[in-house]
Amino acid sequence: MAQRKGFRWHIVVFLAPAVLVYTAIMIIPLIGTLNLSLFGRGEGGRVFVGLANFSTLFGDPRWSAAFWNALANNAWFFLVHMLVQNPVGVMLAALLSSSRLRMAAFYRTAIFIPTILSFVIVGFVWKLILSPIWGIAPNMLDAVGLKSLFAPWLGREGTALTTLALVSVWQFVGIPMMLIYAALLSIPDEVIEAAEMDGVTGWSQFWKIKLPLILPSIGIISVLTFVGNFNAFDLIYVSQGALAGPNFATDLLGTFLYRTFFGFQLQLGDPHMGATIATAMFGIILVGVCIYLFAIQTRLRRYQF
Amino acid sequence: MTRTIRLALLANTFMAGAAAAQDVTLTVESWRNDDLQIWQETIIPAFEAANPGIKINFAPTAPAEYNAVLNSKLDAGSAGDLITCRPFDASLELFNKGQLADLTDLESMANFSDVAKSAWQTDDGSATFCVPMASVIHGFLYNKSAFEELGLEPPATVDEFYAVLDKIKEDGTYIPMAMGTPDQWEAATMGYQNIGPTYWKGEEGRKALIDGSQKLTDEGWVEPFRQLAKWKDYLGDGFEAQTYPDSQNLFTLGRAAIYPAGSWEIGVFEPQIAGAFEMGAFAPPVVAEGDTCYISDHTDIGIGLNAASPNADAARTFLEWVGSDEFASLYANALPGFFSLNSNPVEMENAVAQEFVSWRENCEPTIRSTYQILSRGTPNLENETWNASANVINGTETPEAAAERLQEGLASWYEPQQN
Amino acid sequence: MSSARHSLPRSIAAHGILITYTLIALFPVFVIVINSFKSRQAIFREPLALPTRETFDLIGFQTVLAQGDFFQYFQNSMIVTVASLFFVLLFGAMAAFALSEYRFRGNSLMGLYLALGIMIPIRLGTVAILQLMVATGLVNTLTALVLVYTAQGLPLAIFILSEFMRNVSDDLKNAGRIDGLSEYRIFFRLVLPLVRPAMATVAVFTMIPIWNDLWFPLILAPSEPTKTITLGSQVFIGQFVTNWNAVLAALSLAIVPVMVLYLIFSRQLIRGITAGAVK
Repeated sequence: MAQRKGFRWHIVVFLAPAVLVYTAIMIIPLIGTLNLSLFGRGEGGRVFVGLANFSTLFGDPRWSAAFWNALANNAWFFLVHMLVQNPVGVMLAALLSSSRLRMAAFYRTAIFIPTILSFVIVGFVWKLILSPIWGIAPNMLDAVGLKSLFAPWLGREGTALTTLALVSVWQFVGIPMMLIYAALLSIPDEVIEAAEMDGVTGWSQFWKIKLPLILPSIGIISVLTFVGNFNAFDLIYVSQGALAGPNFATDLLGTFLYRTFFGFQLQLGDPHMGATIATAMFGIILVGVCIYLFAIQTRLRRYQF
Repeated sequence: MTRTIRLALLANTFMAGAAAAQDVTLTVESWRNDDLQIWQETIIPAFEAANPGIKINFAPTAPAEYNAVLNSKLDAGSAGDLITCRPFDASLELFNKGQLADLTDLESMANFSDVAKSAWQTDDGSATFCVPMASVIHGFLYNKSAFEELGLEPPATVDEFYAVLDKIKEDGTYIPMAMGTPDQWEAATMGYQNIGPTYWKGEEGRKALIDGSQKLTDEGWVEPFRQLAKWKDYLGDGFEAQTYPDSQNLFTLGRAAIYPAGSWEIGVFEPQIAGAFEMGAFAPPVVAEGDTCYISDHTDIGIGLNAASPNADAARTFLEWVGSDEFASLYANALPGFFSLNSNPVEMENAVAQEFVSWRENCEPTIRSTYQILSRGTPNLENETWNASANVINGTETPEAAAERLQEGLASWYEPQQN
Repeated sequence: MSSARHSLPRSIAAHGILITYTLIALFPVFVIVINSFKSRQAIFREPLALPTRETFDLIGFQTVLAQGDFFQYFQNSMIVTVASLFFVLLFGAMAAFALSEYRFRGNSLMGLYLALGIMIPIRLGTVAILQLMVATGLVNTLTALVLVYTAQGLPLAIFILSEFMRNVSDDLKNAGRIDGLSEYRIFFRLVLPLVRPAMATVAVFTMIPIWNDLWFPLILAPSEPTKTITLGSQVFIGQFVTNWNAVLAALSLAIVPVMVLYLIFSRQLIRGITAGAVK
């Protein structure tokens, strides 16, 4: 590679289509929007206000309370995904990838099905199942003698967010499962055979040989989960509405942003404060992704096969 | 090259236009996707028959997304010619931005009273920008057959109201009242705004709140919350997670006896009940017999002209027609529960709708207290009221604390409330 | 030699866990589908019962199908999804290859730039995007949707694919170079086949949000001839809809096509994954 001296046009050719479409349709409009956070509404239109919107967001007790509430909820939402979704996904992938398993194709297909459903469907069906009125969950608990455990989970401030996080885990567990599965399959047979020669099998083989090899994939999954969770909006919106009830217990940054930016009912949309929230969210996510890209990704040992 | 394509496209459009002998198609933006069929089968044919050359395309969006979608389209210039107007500030904002045209000079505006027009006027009343279409009235729907079975009469006073609820609860066959809190707006709209006017004395209290002479912590504004807090005992199990459609279904399937309602439910409920039981309505109960009754007769829907529409003349023709008696009668009968705002009375065939509208004769009408002016700032009083009403029914906030919080929020930005 | 090490209890445990999870995954879909074939009263009386002769009712499907040309909507959704998918995968893989293969100044920055898109919801750019489409006359065309979805799908595709491409052996590529293959041939002939599992995975991830999106069809292409199936069934599945027969039927109709697509695709996916694994 080093011997090539002239301008490497092929790099440009490889990058150009993606960069052009992406810049024109996504980046320019988004910059236009984020830029609004530096402006405010004044006499006769838009006025430049500098960072005043940010000081409102973090300084005004109402705005900041709403923001920190959404951020804390979001952090919990993310934590549930990291603790439940990703371990379960890795476990399912590990079970599926064991080469002697029968019906692996069926399991894999079935477990991925929730991921292809739209949020509208997911929100609707879980509300139906968990509804105290129509009796699916209460009757099922009743059948195993646990009726007393049932509560209107989605309606209680203490349980609504966790319930929705678990619904989201249910929906998306297929993604870590698929990515890890692909990573496990790409481990060369020679590596596994060598391990077996050394008598490393079963779970200890998974922990000692396979897990280190799929760590980069787990890294990607974690950062994708992080980005996805901090942008999450739809599930809350379809199941709890834009006001993210009960009493904002399920408000995430995404719903807070939507409500502010586009307005809701009598509350008029405020593009300037909306853009301010979006910029703050963007900052949070950017920091997270940069930590991954520059601190974690570079340290992970990569194996080329 | 692009220019050639664009020219070709232009020529194409032009020729297509010429071929159709100057037919104009007007697109109507609306959030009433429930009404699609009625527009297609009743309203549009009636208009098109009388106005050859103008075609109407009714293009509704789901209510929850309507404002966001409409505003985006208006900002970008791709919105339809006719805009269905939300009442008060949402539309006023569009008018102030120059996105809705001034319709003050429309002849048919003469058919509407000042009250009817107030929802779509500038604060000083100098300009009107939407033709009023309909109002909705709050009250209670009840299962007549169930009431007969239990030997109950529709209540007129608050005491009778709770006596009826107690009896239904005691009997146990029916859930006394079908309402849930997760959607929040039911609690606020069908609860607070439904029974509230009785306590704050309708327009008197509403205007006093706007001019600052009353506060949300005054008795008239806290008492409705206390009433709502009592409702908790009469709602079905798990009402904290009972959605709006759940409540509707509980009532129409005959499992709940009373439904705190808006009149728009009539048209939705009747086909679903399909004769399984008879439905009746009673007005929000008064505190003591002989008291003046107050009802929420809320200006809810109007229609305006997109200022950027290239078909303004045709659109005005349509708007004149919307303001006519013919439209009023068509609309009110096709959509029982949406009451015409036209000054000339409309004959309605639906019995339950007639019951609702009959309250106008001896009760004082008012509009929802939070809609005019008071929801202009942040925090938004209407949205806060949703949240507070749901909290009060859930029992997670006391009526007094809720009222205090609302007052504090309002006073934080609304000057007349600051002293 | 291997079966001896796999004890029966362990295999039963594996199947037990997988079957349990499969049931959890499929149960809600089952609930929707069985109830869409039942009468209104029956849905609420016994939501878990299968439709019987008395409770069987197609009223929901009749209501939904009377509402619009669902075949047309389905076709629109297909065109948009497949076209966007094609561009995302092609452009995404090319860019990912450039980022992971070549060292050039600004490589990391370019990577970060291309990843920005996964950090901000594209919905925020709605007004500017709509203005762009109005200016170019693309409102109410499927092209507008394809452009937006391509832009929306690229960042994630590039992010995942470049990670996978870093695992492709340098020796292989250098061998290709020594044989005098151009960089383009190395990409298309050597690297692309090797990252097929990742491509298949990215394809599935990209496809789902496109197929299920409601927002951009609503804003950019709401006209009757360009409606997507999600937008077409939206009338019935909004937040405040009471007609549960229609809701459930619309949901079933929305699930079935994407499920069939996925089943077809899933065979490709598996073939892709195994092809990648066997070296």
